[in-house]
Amino acid sequence: MSIVVGKTSKAPDFPVAAKAALKNDQLRRNVHHATNVIRNKRALRVEEMPDWEQLRSAGSEIKAHTLAHLDHYLIEFERNCELAGGKVHWARDADEANKIAIELIRHYGGDGPGVEVIKVKTMTSDEVQMNHALEAAGIKPIETDLADMIVQLGNDEPSHIVVPALHKNRFEIRDIFRDKMEKPELTEQPEDLTAAARGYLRERFLRTKIGISGANFAIADTGSVCVVESEGNGRMCVTLPDVLITLVGIEKVIPSFADLEIFLQTLPRSATGERMNPYNSLWTGVTPGDGPQAFHVILLDNGRTKLLQDEIERETLQCIRCGACLNACPVYRETGGHAYGSIYSGPIGAILSPQLQSLEHSRSLPYASTLCGACYEVCPVKINIPEVLIHLRGEVVREDQKTLSGKLSAENIAMQAAANIFLSHRRYEAAQRMARIGQTIFKRDGQLTNLPGMAGAWTRSRDLRPIPKQSFRDWWKSREKKDGANA
Amino acid sequence: MHYNTGYHREAVPLVRRFVEMFRDAEAVCVPSASCVAMMREHYEMMAEADGDLKFIAEVKSLLPRVFEFSELLVNCLGVEDVGAAFAHSVTYHPSCHSLRMLHVGDAPVKLLRSVRDLTLFELPQKEQCCGFGGTFAVKNPDVSLAMLTEKDACVVQTGAEVVTALDNSCLMQIYGGLHRSGSQVRTMHLAEILAETGGAA
Ligand code: SF4
Repeated sequence: MSIVVGKTSKAPDFPVAAKAALKNDQLRRNVHHATNVIRNKRALRVEEMPDWEQLRSAGSEIKAHTLAHLDHYLIEFERNCELAGGKVHWARDADEANKIAIELIRHYGGDGPGVEVIKVKTMTSDEVQMNHALEAAGIKPIETDLADMIVQLGNDEPSHIVVPALHKNRFEIRDIFRDKMEKPELTEQPEDLTAAARGYLRERFLRTKIGISGANFAIADTGSVCVVESEGNGRMCVTLPDVLITLVGIEKVIPSFADLEIFLQTLPRSATGERMNPYNSLWTGVTPGDGPQAFHVILLDNGRTKLLQDEIERETLQCIRCGACLNACPVYRETGGHAYGSIYSGPIGAILSPQLQSLEHSRSLPYASTLCGACYEVCPVKINIPEVLIHLRGEVVREDQKTLSGKLSAENIAMQAAANIFLSHRRYEAAQRMARIGQTIFKRDGQLTNLPGMAGAWTRSRDLRPIPKQSFRDWWKSREKKDGANA
Repeated sequence: MHYNTGYHREAVPLVRRFVEMFRDAEAVCVPSASCVAMMREHYEMMAEADGDLKFIAEVKSLLPRVFEFSELLVNCLGVEDVGAAFAHSVTYHPSCHSLRMLHVGDAPVKLLRSVRDLTLFELPQKEQCCGFGGTFAVKNPDVSLAMLTEKDACVVQTGAEVVTALDNSCLMQIYGGLHRSGSQVRTMHLAEILAETGGAA
């Protein structure tokens, strides 16, 4: 089985990619500005909800319950979806999902060259690298979500799970449109950009017979699928074509239609700071004479069932992809999404990408966090991301220690030595004395400015105050002596 | 440090050592919010993973007696005015763990407000992490520095002479950046300010 998560297998380690991103001032300005705007809007819309904490708990409980009985709800979804005229396919990994999609497109669209499909709201298709697979099969995918379209036209990668083109400002978008739509006169005014996109997309909506969508929720008791969005392009994409293929990660299922009551409150407020999404599309099977006349759902595993086995890891699958943790994360805000080397970026990306791939790739991601807890605080389904990060770090360390080079790594040796020193106050005090003497050669103007080894990463850009002449313990002891003498 | 970096097994003896040292204490006062957060969030789990029932029981009995410094003063002892005097302007950085894990709220601010002659300036974007994050600062030095640069700019913007916090780790980071950039702003732990009695600082 081949678990593919975007291009992670070729991505550089986070610290390396982050270093490059930090040099891009324009990108950092764009990311700062956009995350600030969304963050403030979200805060406003959350503050006005007296029952926000209860909504978070309810969302978390519904998801936890569903994941504990996932087999049951998936089969219920399949049954009800097929009763309503849909067809459900099961894909174990990326290859299977792409194969099913290509077979369906061939079946309905013929094997002639130049078959087009319109796509919307499917990050999961980026996870399985569907566009590459389609192109290799001679099929032309057209992204129709505005941001995804910008990314596709610019030969770029998404940098945010809700706002994929967040790293671009409108001047950069104008340039992409000018070039790819052959509109050299286009201005950067939002109305002009929107009009250009609308013209470009309408034409494609009307001529394309096959649509591919993602889903925010798959509802077990009705067999319905739900997509929420701001633009209406999703609505077009799931209603206009003759054939609709929906790709859904198995964790997206929820037990009942009534559960939407919770998520349709928490998701828009967390994602874009809106009280409600402008477009909430729900569809159930096939309705003769109205909408697509063939409807297929591909349920994707791609590493997810493995996460179900561990209680801490399982929490990751509760995610409703609102992106609030990205906007809140001080690390994401500095680097933007590309540094994470995966379509899933920010705190959720740091836990999801490595786990889906059993830590074969993205091993530096669990360390791409200060554990500040801002992600956990905003998560509408209460995923304790710092806890999962620490759990994954444990797995990375334990795996590394199995190899000789891991055992002999500077970090492992330092950690073992430090543990030994902390275990005995004699050793601790001796180490302190040694350090006090040793540090003298690194002192400049009373500061430590150029330490060797791992600490060098610190002093390259920061100073360190030397260890004081007297420790707290020494001070306490001398104070007791003095008190004793005075008594 | 060990547990958060992933050295889970190595951290257990350190917990045992802590329990041995403090099992008989009436109250343990810890001048570091992140240490208290580590204890409250993980010690029980670590003891349980270890499986020794006596050890688990001891951890459970000790934890309710462990307090962060400002928590102990304000929430347990009801003390806000410790009789300190400090004729300087100060800004307070609410460290992530004190804010989001211990929820110390305004306890430290109450203590600072009661210090005579002290002027307190509000820190802009105060809830943003300083970028320390334990081994994060050495594993991701560039991102850590970018975060620190933002934090220090906010500190300098207040015009305060001193920046304080409940965590020496954050203060070490903040100091490192301020000092390297030639700023005169000093870092002091809240306890150090409360120990001032009005002489030259
Ligand atoms: S982890 Fe939580 S905050 Fe982050 S995207 Fe998922 S649901 Fe939203």
